This record gives sequence, C-alpha cells and structure tokens, in this order.
Amino acid sequence: MNRPWWERPVAVTVALTVLVAVFVTTAVVRDRTYAASAAETELLYLPSGDMVERMALSFDSLMADIYWIRAIQHYGGTKRSESTEKNYDLLGPLLDIATTLDPHFSVAYRFGAIFLTESYPNGPGRPDLAVALLEKGIEAMPERWEYYMDIGFIYYWWLQDYETAASWFERAADVPGASWWLRSLAATTLAAGGSRESSRMLWQQMYDSADNDWIRVEATRRLTQLRALDDIDQLIALAVRFDQQAGRPPRGWEELIQEGLLAGLPLDPTGLPYVLDFENGTMNVSPESELYPLPGESLPPLPQ
Amino acid sequence: MAIIGRIAVHVFKESVRDKVLYNLVLFAVLLIAASYLIGQLTAGQDVKIIKDLGLAATQIFGLFIAVFIGIGLVSKEVERRSIYSLLSKPIRRHELILGKYAGLVLTLAVNVVVMAATLYLVLGYMSWVESEEFKATWLRPAADPAMLPAIFLVFAQLALVTALALFFSTFSSPILSAVLTFGLYVVGHFNADLRNFESVVDSTAAAYLARALYYALPSLAPFDVKAAVVHGEPVTFGYVAMTTGYGAAYVAALLLAAVFIFSRRDFK
Repeated sequence: MNRPWWERPVAVTVALTVLVAVFVTTAVVRDRTYAASAAETELLYLPSGDMVERMALSFDSLMADIYWIRAIQHYGGTKRSESTEKNYDLLGPLLDIATTLDPHFSVAYRFGAIFLTESYPNGPGRPDLAVALLEKGIEAMPERWEYYMDIGFIYYWWLQDYETAASWFERAADVPGASWWLRSLAATTLAAGGSRESSRMLWQQMYDSADNDWIRVEATRRLTQLRALDDIDQLIALAVRFDQQAGRPPRGWEELIQEGLLAGLPLDPTGLPYVLDFENGTMNVSPESELYPLPGESLPPLPQ
Repeated sequence: MAIIGRIAVHVFKESVRDKVLYNLVLFAVLLIAASYLIGQLTAGQDVKIIKDLGLAATQIFGLFIAVFIGIGLVSKEVERRSIYSLLSKPIRRHELILGKYAGLVLTLAVNVVVMAATLYLVLGYMSWVESEEFKATWLRPAADPAMLPAIFLVFAQLALVTALALFFSTFSSPILSAVLTFGLYVVGHFNADLRNFESVVDSTAAAYLARALYYALPSLAPFDVKAAVVHGEPVTFGYVAMTTGYGAAYVAALLLAAVFIFSRRDFK
C-alpha cells in the first residue's frame, strides 16, 4: 500500500531534520540579534533574591510584587506594633529580593531607602543599607538621576555628611535629563549644609520631583517638621522675653498667655499643643504628634 | 482540511460543554477583587500589580488548560475505546491529530482574548476613576496597547505547550504526559542557563552537550516579555516575529512526530 509521506520513516526524518534546523537557526539568530535575557546572565543557585528568581520561573515580576507587599507589611506591621523591641531585620532582605526579581522596581528602591533610613523605633535606622539599595538601583538604571539624589539626601539628612551629599547631588546633576536645580543644591549643601533653609530647599525639591504619592506625603511631613522647628524657635524667643520681663522662666503656657505674649495654647501644624519641658529645659512637639520625633537639630535651650 | 476544521470545532464545543470556559469568570473575579484590594495595599503601584497579575493569570490558566486537556486529546479516545468508532469513519489519523490540536488552540485563543479584554476593561476602569495628576505618576498608561505583544507571546507559548502535551499523549498515559509536559515547561524556562554552560564547566564535551540540549529543548523563556511591557520597555516586532517563528517551527516538528507515531500505532 502506498503510504502518505508523513507515515514514511525516511521522509519524516528528513522533514523533522529540516524543522529542527529551522527552529535552531531561529534561536541562534534571535540570541545573536537581541540581548540575552536577565536569566541568562545570572549565575545559578545563589542565595536570597537570585534563588527566589530561579524558583519564580517566568513570574519574576509578580513575585517581586509579592515581596514588595511583604516588605511594606513587615515595615508597617513592625512600626505599628506595641512591642518595645521592634525588629526590622527582615526589611533589608525582603527589599533585596524584590529588587533582584524586578531590577526596574523603582518604588522599591526609593521607598525601601526611606524605610531603611528611618531612625529607630520608626524604622531600622540603617542608612548604610539604604545607600546600598539605591546603588543597586543605579546599577540597573543608571539613567535615573533620582537615585543619586536620594543617596545625596541620605548623606545630608541622616548622616550629616554634607561633602559626600554634595558630591552625590553633583553626580545626579551629571545624569542626562536631570533637573536643573541639582547643581545649585550641591552648591548650597557645600556652603550651608545642615541649615534649616537648605533642608527646606531639599525637601521642597524632593516634593516637587516626587513620582509617587508616598514620597510626596513623606516630603510634606518633613517640611511640616521644619515649620514646627520654626514655631519652636519663636516660642523659645517668647519664653526668653518672659524671663527678661518677669526675672524667671515661665512655668507653663498659661503664664505666657496671661502676659499677652500668646493668644492661646500654641499648636503644632497637626493641631496638638507643643510641650514645654522645664525639667529638661526643652520645648518639643507632643509624642502623640505625627511630627514626633523632630529631626535631630540642636535647638536653643529654654531659659532656666 | 474541512475534516480538520470540523474536528477542531468539535473539540472546542466539547471544552465548552466541559465548562472549561468557567475559568474566565474566575479570572474576572480575581482581577476585579485584586484591583480593589491591592489598590489599598501598595504605594501607587496598583496598576503595575494588576498588569503583572492579569498577564501571569492569563498564562497560568492557559497552561492548565493546555496541559490537562492536551494530554487527554488522544489518550482519552484510546481509553474510552471511542478511537475505534472515530477511525472507522472517513477520518485519517493525521486529520484527527491536527484537528484535535487546532480545536484546543482555538479554545486557548478564545480564553486569551477574553482574558485580555477583561484585563483591559479593569485597567481602563482604573484609568477612568483616577485623577490626571495621579495618572501622571504612572510609568505607562493603564490600558497600554504595548501589553499586546506580551499577550500574543503568552498565546504562542501556550500553543507550543499544547503541542508538547498532544505529542506525549500519542504514546503515553495521561499522567506521564502531564509530568513530561510540566517538566519540559519548567526546563524550558531554565534552559537559557545551558547556553553559557562553558563559563561554569571546564569540560568542552559537557559544554557542547549543554549547548545541544539548549537548542533541542523548547526554549520558553524568550516568550516571556511580561515584565518588559509592564515597565514600558519596547518589544520589537522583529523579536515577536522571530520568537513566533521559532514556536511555529517547534510546533510543526512536534505535530509531525505526533502524526508519525499515531499513524503507526496498532489499536487492534
């Protein structure tokens, strides 16, 4: 009986050879024409993010989302917990895994850095890890000037290393497409690093360049803290004036109100009264205030 | 050709009767619920996560359909003995194989199209309710047409997985076919590592063997451009065409082998 060609071994072998040649050639040409995928350039069986990436098959991006959600949950849950010993140890590895799985996960770098730098007990207080995370972001996306700016910002705000901060602002300014004000920010940082005005400028620029609501909220909070510091300056000046008039420091806000120096209880921008602490000779926002604790800036002492 | 078409339509109708398309309802519910819940959880990344989730779910749902229906396309007919009545009709064996394959690919195509439409509807709604200011923070628009190449390549990958399942079902049991198909699916996402094996081994023979395996095994990782489109990275027409061409040649080889094996099987 005369069989069709697809039932004859020799014909099928020839046809299969041709088809295999076609798909192998296509694969060779594709691999040469287009850059190798990330999976191809990474080494097998490394711990943490790389290991998870292996297990994620082609769902890296989705897994990155899951790890990002876990990082937020870990940070938020620990921050809000009533525990006296808050442990943020998992935050760094979770962010590392999320950004290894998805190296373009911009919000994980920028927000992760904010989480990591926040001082204890509101965060782990690890600016070193935050800088490492942002440097990882720069490696993946060297064109994102915001990451250089964020590193400069960490050196400025958290480490008070104004020279290094200025150099990072300069590097940010060198990135094509970076905002024009970065160079003047670098100059201001070098000239007047640590002053409240330069801090205000920094946070205002952070607010203006935010690509995300959370960063905007954080910048607003910091700007409000600076406003509270301005208020405290004025209140201390009033306390000094009372001291000069009465020959002794005020014992509470009531005395300043009675003297006509204040119209009523002085409230911080969130609506809670400022706290006058005679024992320690300090004035501050209430520990219940969203602005607490204020940044570690030395305030003039109260009259004693 | 007409017979292949009729068998394909029959397979599609059978999958509808088997309530396979119910997964679409589950998909829609999953997306709508997730878009609400995730929007509460994440920092302005809700659109990205919905895109990731929608594209991943399209692939996973399609994968289960391709494997679990694909492995039964031929073996079920043999187990039920309905193969005898089928082959006694004026249907040739290669028409049966090709018709079955076309029918399942048609089912998958309907699935992928409806899922993609649902994803675009959810994203379109999110875009509609958000303010212009908020939308300006998105890396890409919500209902981004740039996702279409990723959706198309998901479909192309599913067509290849279906061919694998059908190929195995022509000569092995459903369970073994499922194991082999899933195994190759996993290997297909790892095998890119075999390509540069020479950088981790000293043996030239092992490096060549690894390179040969890389080309022989189905390479599924290149079909995955989901992350790229979500981040707005360009996926060129040339890349999509070349990857589709690779998939088409691989499918043709698998179907030819399946037809050859099935035509030589003795059902007496």
